[in-house]
Amino acid sequence: MASHRFLKDSGLTARMTLVMFLLGGLFVGLVAILMGIGASYGGGGLAIIIGFAGLGVAWFQWYNSDTLALKAMGAREVTPQQAPELHAMIDRLCAMADMPKPRVAVSDTDLPNAFATGRSPERSAVCVTRGLMRRLTAEELEGVLAHELSHVAHRDVLVMTMASSAGIVAGMLTSGARYGMIFGGGGRRDNNGPPLWIVVLVVSLVVYAISFFLTRLLSRYRELCADRSAAFLTQKPSALASALTKISGDIAAIPNRDLRSAQSMNAFFIAPAISGMSMKTLTSTHPSLEQRLQQLAQVATELGRPLDGGAGPSTGVGPLT
Amino acid sequence: MSLWKSLLGRTEPKQANLDALFSLPTAGITLQASLGMRPTGVGSVCFRAAEGAAFQATRGDLVELMRADGTEVTETTDSYGFTWLTDRHDPSDLTGLVTELHGVNSTLEAQGFGPGLLCSLVHFEDAAGRRVALVYLYKQGTFYPFAPKGPEQRDNLFEIQIRDAIGTDLPIEKDVSRWMAVWGAPEL
Repeated sequence: MASHRFLKDSGLTARMTLVMFLLGGLFVGLVAILMGIGASYGGGGLAIIIGFAGLGVAWFQWYNSDTLALKAMGAREVTPQQAPELHAMIDRLCAMADMPKPRVAVSDTDLPNAFATGRSPERSAVCVTRGLMRRLTAEELEGVLAHELSHVAHRDVLVMTMASSAGIVAGMLTSGARYGMIFGGGGRRDNNGPPLWIVVLVVSLVVYAISFFLTRLLSRYRELCADRSAAFLTQKPSALASALTKISGDIAAIPNRDLRSAQSMNAFFIAPAISGMSMKTLTSTHPSLEQRLQQLAQVATELGRPLDGGAGPSTGVGPLT
Repeated sequence: MSLWKSLLGRTEPKQANLDALFSLPTAGITLQASLGMRPTGVGSVCFRAAEGAAFQATRGDLVELMRADGTEVTETTDSYGFTWLTDRHDPSDLTGLVTELHGVNSTLEAQGFGPGLLCSLVHFEDAAGRRVALVYLYKQGTFYPFAPKGPEQRDNLFEIQIRDAIGTDLPIEKDVSRWMAVWGAPEL
């Protein structure tokens, strides 16, 4: 009788599935429009070729994602002899999660950051910066590593590459259409419609804009999923929470200072005047700190909940300390 | 983990596999016969203590359970934040030690903390004082030998020798890159 405390967040899964479905629909729609253009103008074949070239680039980036991302960050792979603590931490996490160990890399940047990359769990790399290792305690670093390992387990590089394929094709077409605008000059007005390049430009710009917001939304959901899995893996949601607070440097989320001692009027505006949707929340790749802390607090409650036959909680759980 | 679940971002924590632990006493006899290694009566369970009140309550039950038969139990936390419960048992009763370790596991599992189990160690020693531990990986359900030799050094040759000796008695971890070094293990 294996019981566990993992609670499925069906709402999150449903929203994420919907976004992935919409992105897939967007891609299918784009291909259909391109084929329609090709049929009516006879010159759309070029657009389809440009689209396929975009997919080729995306496939190449995904296939070589482990080496490409490490190179871009100026990171180098470290052996267990060079970074024994880091390796031992990842060894233990991988043994607990029963997943293959990724390659470990360190970047000599002072910016506190970490990322995971690679085309599959078997061929992946986890990279942390020196700045991150310097600022975080061992427990917090472990939380961040568990978050990155969850990205590997969720195949986030693959998902995000697939999700952005409509946007990549549209982006390639936009530049292709501008090229056509310069050299295609007058355009052929055989069937009294607008020139081919204008149609392609408008369609690809619209697709690109929709895809931009949808992929950002998907990325925020995937981050929340990775946070959840990391908290359940390390069983210490508070360590990840304090790491996130430290990294984002967003002290405004939960004030450490007594607000009465603050001099300026700003202190009285505890809640922002306009909450909810803003351009910043729509375009960011990561969810807000409050959202992430909120979710980690839920995980902490779940871990502290007594199961049948267990003693009830006698003290407060205190996930945000 | 299934591809579908990972695409949906639903990595459920991997459950521990406890069954293979009971094949340890047989391997103990083989070790004694072929390499002269005797159990020292020391065994330990390494797990990640979850935060929250529920785990605090379970922890109390665990120590009580292990002390019930009059054995000595110590609790330590290593530098990686894992908790070790070490049990000193009668060296001649390997089955009793394994049963007790299994008791710890099933208590943790019943309370939903099975995913927090990392590994379990049972210690052996030969006449020359050379020590080795058989490490059980809960998530993989496999064993591997861990023979420390001085500070942060392991005796790989001896470990392979042990693997070959007990290979038929126990499911051995085939991927040697998963033979994690457990330096923080108490009394090793």
